[in-house]
Amino acid sequence: MTDAAVFQARGIGKSYPGVRANDDVSFTVAPGEIHALLGENGAGKSTLVKMIYGLVRPDEGDMVLNGQPHQPADPRAARAAGVAMVFQHFSLFDALTVAENIALGMENPPPRRELSARIAQVSQDFGLPLNPARRVVTLSAGERQRVEIIRCLLQNPRLLIMDEPTSVLTPQEAELLFATLRKLAGHGTAILYISHKLEEIRTHCDRATILRHGRVVDSCDPREHSARTLAAMMVGGEMRPIDRSGRQAGEVLLQVKGLSLPAPTAEGTALKSVALTLRAGEILGIGGVAGNGQDELLAALSGETRSAPGSILLEGADMSRLGPEARRTAGLLAAPEDRLGHAAVPDFSLTDNTLLTAGARKQLVRKGLIDRSAARAFAEAVIRAFDVRTPGPGTAAKALSGGNLQKFVIGREVMQAPRVLVVNQPTWGVDAGAAAAVRQSLLDLAGQGAGVIVISQDLDEILELSDRFCALNEGRLSAPVPTDGLTLDQIGLMLGGAHGMEVAHL
Amino acid sequence: MIDPIALFLLLLSASTPILFAALGELVVERAGVLNLGVEGMMIVGALSGFATAYYSGNAFLGFAVAALAGALVALPFAILTQFLMSNQVASGLALTLFGLGLAALFGKPVEGVKAPSMAAGPLGLNWIVWLGLAMVPAIWWFLNRSRTGLILRGVGENHDAAHALGYDVRRVRIAAIAFGGAMAGIGGAFISVATVLQWTEGMTAGAGWIALAIVVFSNWTAVGVLAGAWLFGGVTVLQLRLQAAGVRVPVQLLSMAPYLATIIVLVAISARQKFSRRAGGAAPGSLGQDFHALR
Amino acid sequence: MIRLVPRTEASAFWQIATPVMAVAATMLAGGLLFAIMGYDPVSAIRTIFWDPLFGPAAGYSRPQLLVKAAPLILIASGLAVGFRAGIWNIGAEGQYIIGAITGAAVALAAYPASEMWIFPAMVIAGALGGWAWGMIPALLRNWFGASEILVSLMLVYVAQRIAAWMAFGPMKNPEGFGMPGSRNLQQYPAASNPELIAGTGAHWGVVAAVITVLAIWFLMSRHIRGFHIRAAGTAPRAARFAGVKPQTLVAFCLGLSGALAGMAGLFEVAGPAGQITDKVGVGYGFTAIIVAFLGRLHPVGILLAGLLLALTYIGGELAQLTLNLPAATVQVFQGMLLFFLLGFDLLTRYRITRRVTA
Repeated sequence: MTDAAVFQARGIGKSYPGVRANDDVSFTVAPGEIHALLGENGAGKSTLVKMIYGLVRPDEGDMVLNGQPHQPADPRAARAAGVAMVFQHFSLFDALTVAENIALGMENPPPRRELSARIAQVSQDFGLPLNPARRVVTLSAGERQRVEIIRCLLQNPRLLIMDEPTSVLTPQEAELLFATLRKLAGHGTAILYISHKLEEIRTHCDRATILRHGRVVDSCDPREHSARTLAAMMVGGEMRPIDRSGRQAGEVLLQVKGLSLPAPTAEGTALKSVALTLRAGEILGIGGVAGNGQDELLAALSGETRSAPGSILLEGADMSRLGPEARRTAGLLAAPEDRLGHAAVPDFSLTDNTLLTAGARKQLVRKGLIDRSAARAFAEAVIRAFDVRTPGPGTAAKALSGGNLQKFVIGREVMQAPRVLVVNQPTWGVDAGAAAAVRQSLLDLAGQGAGVIVISQDLDEILELSDRFCALNEGRLSAPVPTDGLTLDQIGLMLGGAHGMEVAHL
Repeated sequence: MIDPIALFLLLLSASTPILFAALGELVVERAGVLNLGVEGMMIVGALSGFATAYYSGNAFLGFAVAALAGALVALPFAILTQFLMSNQVASGLALTLFGLGLAALFGKPVEGVKAPSMAAGPLGLNWIVWLGLAMVPAIWWFLNRSRTGLILRGVGENHDAAHALGYDVRRVRIAAIAFGGAMAGIGGAFISVATVLQWTEGMTAGAGWIALAIVVFSNWTAVGVLAGAWLFGGVTVLQLRLQAAGVRVPVQLLSMAPYLATIIVLVAISARQKFSRRAGGAAPGSLGQDFHALR
Repeated sequence: MIRLVPRTEASAFWQIATPVMAVAATMLAGGLLFAIMGYDPVSAIRTIFWDPLFGPAAGYSRPQLLVKAAPLILIASGLAVGFRAGIWNIGAEGQYIIGAITGAAVALAAYPASEMWIFPAMVIAGALGGWAWGMIPALLRNWFGASEILVSLMLVYVAQRIAAWMAFGPMKNPEGFGMPGSRNLQQYPAASNPELIAGTGAHWGVVAAVITVLAIWFLMSRHIRGFHIRAAGTAPRAARFAGVKPQTLVAFCLGLSGALAGMAGLFEVAGPAGQITDKVGVGYGFTAIIVAFLGRLHPVGILLAGLLLALTYIGGELAQLTLNLPAATVQVFQGMLLFFLLGFDLLTRYRITRRVTA
């Protein structure tokens, strides 16, 4: 059994200052196996695969690849040994062409024309259509992933690592991806599949190694367990159920009509006559694959971008020409997706970060003068009410964990008692405990009569929170449908099905 | 009457210092580094090239030493930005101020002496002019056709991705900075050794800054740099012609022309990049950003 | 193996210690440079850093300290505000020159009137001139996205040529026997900027510098505009989310630093310099960049850094006279100082730890 393994990790350990990222991690991947690495954010999955790919060196333990000791000094050595990796972020060069991107991922790329031919061949074999001459900046998220996958396939890897590959795909696109992976596994390639999505792991993976706080808690056949048991193993203990009670849709609070905006940048998305109505006490979920206009919609609602007069009305008052400060004063608040650098200033203390949005509503700034003690008191109040784990309000935002900073950011807005709160990806990259707290606070806010818009790529989250659902697809917002009885398949179709994949599947 | 061919040959000479400096900076910026020290590296090249040419009597040796000196004086900038994580804008400014001071300090002994003459190349133009013209296709080929050039562009476009693929971001950047320094050094030496034939303090007179503007103008392409350098050379030649022709405009105002032209060109090109509906400007994605990899 | 661990908060100790270390390192490296050039390093360093204050000629050089420090502090205070916001005005030298010209223009137009309003009007005109010169890169950046770094710098060369034109043309002293340069404002009481307290060197520019330091400190630490400037510098998207319009900030920072530089130019031309010549710009605008960084972009730090760099100017002149050191020595010193400062700055942002590699 062990002799036949493609990859084996034995007692891997890795420490960063203050964090034990991996501790005594051992597992084995067999040829032709799709092996899931399952765990919460911060469980140590990324550190582990970075070690396999030569980006980080382990402090203890050893690895074996194809029966040889595996100690890659850098990713090139790892690639030479037969490891390939598809990253979640940061691995494509926007301004370069598909062919150039692929050449950069190879040790000895063939001449240009030959490389293009081989790209065409592989994309044909695996049903992944791609034009080698196109610049990556013009590709959709799904197409970008194809570039990464083909870059890996051209090297005939023995072990293929996929880091959360479906987070940028619609359910239909994800199905196609798994078909490709299955075909590849059929050729004997071992696949290490990293995810925290339980359902896809249960349906598609042969084995799952579950990590918690950097340690292996179990290794099992995921098909034999329910999603609930896997979740319990992943977070250690049962999840508190969400309380959706006590809400009733009231009068119309926010009305958006004919909201059209050009794309802010070359990579951005234009908004095309977006319309929606939000009532008091209601949560409206807006789903969509990344890059379909989520950031642009949030910016239009928060006031970072202005729109045509009359396109955004809060309780009948026109907000569309007002800036963020004036909208906050009127009661329209927002929390963007990117915690570090957008919703909060990383280098500033939590006290200073309250001044970013709460200056007017909480009287922290009067006639331009900052009331520092009031700001500190408000920061302390948010920390207490939202159980933010931090030494104190003087701590810099970047020193907090993702979950704690997110609780602070959401708490800062919720505690200003908004009439309408718009949040984008409220639990992205947040551990399960913090995610539950954030979701509950949004439900409670709606329960108190505010209107809430949740923009999210996590469909489970949307189904859990929202009363009505709209899909955002290439800057267009669909008509809302009630979430009761809505299935993932129906949502997938609303999200635009499988972009550009039809050709491959005919 | 002004002979257009003679005028064009003058233009070629006048544009050479900027052409070298801007081609060097082009490679540096394509690697993702903004080096505002071009002016400092040019003036150090101008002095070291001139002094070497004067003492050795060999102008070509002067250019070689100028290249070396330009690369060497860029070294502190490379260390600061690549190892000590210093802000690139501030470090580049420091390089300019340091270079200007250093050249002024060591330039005293060669003030007032004359450079040795150089053998002219084809069409009576200096060989260095021809070298500069040859560098345009060479750098185009390097950036767009060579493997190393591809890696350099990758590093400049997205340093995190390049690092994730196993490329040594720092090494590529340090090499690019040194190359940029060498090119700026040659450009500076051309002013002192081949044009003015003398050393005076501050003689580069903003050429390094104009070179920086031309890189923006070029939309980060080698051919664009050539066009920008020629445009600038044309304005300079024209302005000198007008002065010589005794136009009734004060000399001081005429001599503003290159700087005003640079501003106008910069504005025009920035506006085009800003309002163009195509994929924006071609500025490298990681230009000017700090890179710090945790291992 | 040595590795760098980012600090979660900038170290307060190193914030203060690194400028001191940079000065010390500059003295060491400068001493080495002098030794190479064949001078006695100890006496050279003493001449530059000690003698201006405590040496035999200190009676003459001590007042010069405030005279030289005032423009540096005025300009650097304004620059620091922009640098905090990531707006790089490196053309303060040009704004200084234009401020000197517009300020002097009021005096020359009023000559030989002796009303009380003349000097205040000159100060306002100087500030307005510098402000307008600073607004050019601001508007070009806001409207067209042109780099304020390059535009503001190009405008320095333009301003220098305007000054030369003025000195040889429109502003030339009609009673100057054909010599280039304007009337000397020191000999025109209603327009001159005299020493206020004899023997201190303190003129109105010194008063303005002190007020500016206090006002900038208040702006940056107590006012929401200062908060927004700091936020925009470290996290521009967060600042926009808070409600900051980047265009407003660009105009504010370049306008403010331009006005302060213009004022500095006026105080200089009405006082120590006395007249408009083609050499009106003496490099204060560039040295002020070093002052701003050495002072850690903090008003109090800038006050101290301005005094220190003023000292190097005076010391450099002294060394020129007594030791025959070239004038450019000071420039090299200032460049080295900035290099060392930027290098040591690492210590405030990163912890250096040693690790045994497995």
